[in-house]
Amino acid sequence: MNYNVNEKGYYGEFGGAYIPEMLYPNVEELRQNYLKIMAEESFQMEFRQLLKDYVGRPTPLYFAKRLSEKYNTKIYLKREDLCHTGAHKVNNTIGQILMAKRLGKTRIIAETGAGQHGVATATVCALMGLECIVFMGEIDIKRQAPNVARMKMLGAKVVPATSGSKTLKDATNEAIRDWINNPVDTHYIIGSVVGPHPYPDMVARFQSVISEEIKTQLKEKESRENPDFVIACVGGGSNAAGAFYHYLDKPEVGIIAVEAAGKGIDSGESAATSALGKVGIIHGSKTLLMQTADGQITEPYSISAGLDYPGVGPMHANLFASGRGEFISITDDEAMQAGLELCKLEGIIPAIESSHALAIFETRKFNQNDVVVVNLSGRGDKDLDTYIKYFNY
Amino acid sequence: MNRIKQILKANKKLLSIYFTAGYPKLDDTVEILQQLEKNGIDLVEIGLPFSDPLADGPTIQKSSEEALKNGMTTNLLFEQLKDIRKTVSIPLILMGYFNPVLQFGVENFCKKCAEVGIDGLILPDLPLAEFQEHYAEIFKKYGLLNIFLITPQTSEERIRQIDAASEGFIYMVSSASVTGSSSGFGTEQTTYFERIASLSLTNPQIVGFGINNSETFQLVTKYAKGAIIGSAFIKMLSEKGIAGISAFVGSIRKV
Ligand SMILES: Cc1ncc(COP(=O)(O)O)c(C=O)c1O
Repeated sequence: MNYNVNEKGYYGEFGGAYIPEMLYPNVEELRQNYLKIMAEESFQMEFRQLLKDYVGRPTPLYFAKRLSEKYNTKIYLKREDLCHTGAHKVNNTIGQILMAKRLGKTRIIAETGAGQHGVATATVCALMGLECIVFMGEIDIKRQAPNVARMKMLGAKVVPATSGSKTLKDATNEAIRDWINNPVDTHYIIGSVVGPHPYPDMVARFQSVISEEIKTQLKEKESRENPDFVIACVGGGSNAAGAFYHYLDKPEVGIIAVEAAGKGIDSGESAATSALGKVGIIHGSKTLLMQTADGQITEPYSISAGLDYPGVGPMHANLFASGRGEFISITDDEAMQAGLELCKLEGIIPAIESSHALAIFETRKFNQNDVVVVNLSGRGDKDLDTYIKYFNY
Repeated sequence: MNRIKQILKANKKLLSIYFTAGYPKLDDTVEILQQLEKNGIDLVEIGLPFSDPLADGPTIQKSSEEALKNGMTTNLLFEQLKDIRKTVSIPLILMGYFNPVLQFGVENFCKKCAEVGIDGLILPDLPLAEFQEHYAEIFKKYGLLNIFLITPQTSEERIRQIDAASEGFIYMVSSASVTGSSSGFGTEQTTYFERIASLSLTNPQIVGFGINNSETFQLVTKYAKGAIIGSAFIKMLSEKGIAGISAFVGSIRKV
C-alpha cells in the first residue's frame, strides 16, 4: 500500500482540493510548479544551505538516558526544539519562502495557532525582505503573547481573527479570505500538512528532512536506520509527517500519532480528531474533522494552541483509516505532567504540543530493547505562561 | 423545463437576491421568498449557513453565525421549504458549502431539493473536476443545475471548460474578493466584463459580489444577463427586517 499522495492529490480517499474557484489559479499554479521547483538543483542547494547555516540542522538525535531508564526502553529525542525559532515549523517556512520567490510572489500571508508558525514565517520574510501578514485567533494572541511580540519585532503584521472559536481554524479562514482578496502577488504559507493539494504533500516534503536525518543518525548510534517506533504529536500533522515520512512504507517501523484529548475525549472539550472526527471537508481538504451531524465544524479545545485544530492532514487521516498508524490521545493534565517530567529528568523544557507525545510512556508500554524515537517538535519558552499558571510557579 | 433555464430566456436583465436561511429569524425563510417574488425578483439564492464560510466577508459570515445560533439545520430548511411551490414560482437555488451537503449525503440532498422544488445548486468549494467525476449524474437525475463560478483570474481555457460543463448560467464573480466588498467597479472590472462578454459563451452570465445599489446593478447588466445582490440585502434585512424588502428592491430597479 502507498501512504503517500497520488497523482490526483489524494491519500487513499483523503485530500484533494475543495476550494472555491477564486483560489483555483493560485493553487493550480502551485500544483503545476512545486515538484519542478523543488527538484531544481539551485533550489535544493539554497534550501539545504539555509537549513544548515540558518536553522542549525541537522538537529541532534539525543539518547534520553534517564527517561529511558524510567520507562525501561530506549528513547531517543529528535531535537527539533533546537531549530532556529524553537520548533520544526521553520523547515517548512524556509522551503515555502524559496518557493514563493521562485513564483514571483512579493507578499506573504500565514495563519498561526501557537505562534510558532507565525514566528517562523515572519523570520523567513525578514530574511528575504518580503512583506508578512500573520492571522492569529484572538484567544491565541492572548495565550501566546511572547510569540506575538516576536512576530512584531521581526516586522510582521499580526491580524487578529475574531470569528468563530477565535483560534487556529478561524485564523486559517481569515488567511484564505485574504488570499482570495489578493490573488496575484500573494503566497500563502500554510503551516501544516493541511489545506488543498498540493499543500499537504509540499509541507510533508519540506518536513521530511526530520526522518531523513533520523535515519542517518540512528545508523551511527544503533547501526540501524529504522527505529521500532516513531512518535509525534499531531495538530495538523506537519512535525509528524516529517518524522514519519521516510518510514511510511517500512512496515517494521511502528508509527504513533498523538492527539490532544483536551479535558478528555468525551468531555466536549477536546481536539482528538481521530477519535471524534468524521470524513468531511475542512480548509480545502477531504479529511477527518470534528463536526456536528449537520456538517458544521466543531470548535476544538486543547491547552496547547498548536494542537487546537478540529481536523488532521489527509496523510494522517489515511494512516488512521488504513490502520498504518496507531493513534493515541493525551489529556491536558497528562501532557503537562510529561512536560514537567522531561524538565526534571533531562533538563529540557518542551513545548506543550511535544509534551503530548512524551506523555504516552505512562500508558503505552514498550519493550526494553525497543528503539523509540520521539519527535520533540518544539521548545517550551512560548508556553512558560501556561506552565507557570498550571503548576503555580 | 427547469425554471432557471426558463427565466434566462426572458427578454430582460435579471435581478437576483441571496439571503441566508434562518436569518434574521429562524422562520423568516418562506416569508422572505414570498416578498422577493412579490417585489419582482427574478431568482433567489437561498444560503445554507455554514460554520466556516471561506469565501464570504463579514456580513454573510455574521448572518450564517446568527442563523446557526437560531437553530437552522439542513433538515429544518427542507422542512420550511416543503410547501414553497404552492406560493412561490420563481427559480430557487440553494447555495452553500460542500461539507453540510456531504454529511447529508449528496444523493439524499439532491432528492430533497427535487422534492421541494429547488432548481439548482451553487457549491463554491465543490471543484469542477470533482463534480464531473462523482456528482454530475446525481444532479442530472434530480433535474438540478449546478452553477459554477468564474473570477477575473480564471483563464480563458478554464472558462471554456466551465461553460461546457454548465447548464443555465455562469456565476461571474465581479472582482478578486470575498463577498460584501463595496469598493465599486473601476476600469479593471469593466475590462473584465467586456472580455467575458466578447467570449460569446454558451451560457449567460450573472454577476455577483460587490453589487449593492442601482448604479452597480445597471453597470454590470450592461455586460451580463443579470446580477446577484447578497451582502447589501442582508445588511438591509438586519436593519429593517422583512418590511424593508419592497423599498430595497425598488431602490435597485430604479434607473
Ligand atoms: C512545537 C509545536 N509542535 C507541534 C505543533 C503542531 O503542528 P503540527 O501538527 O503541524 O506539527 C505546533 C504548532 O504550532 C508546534 O508549535
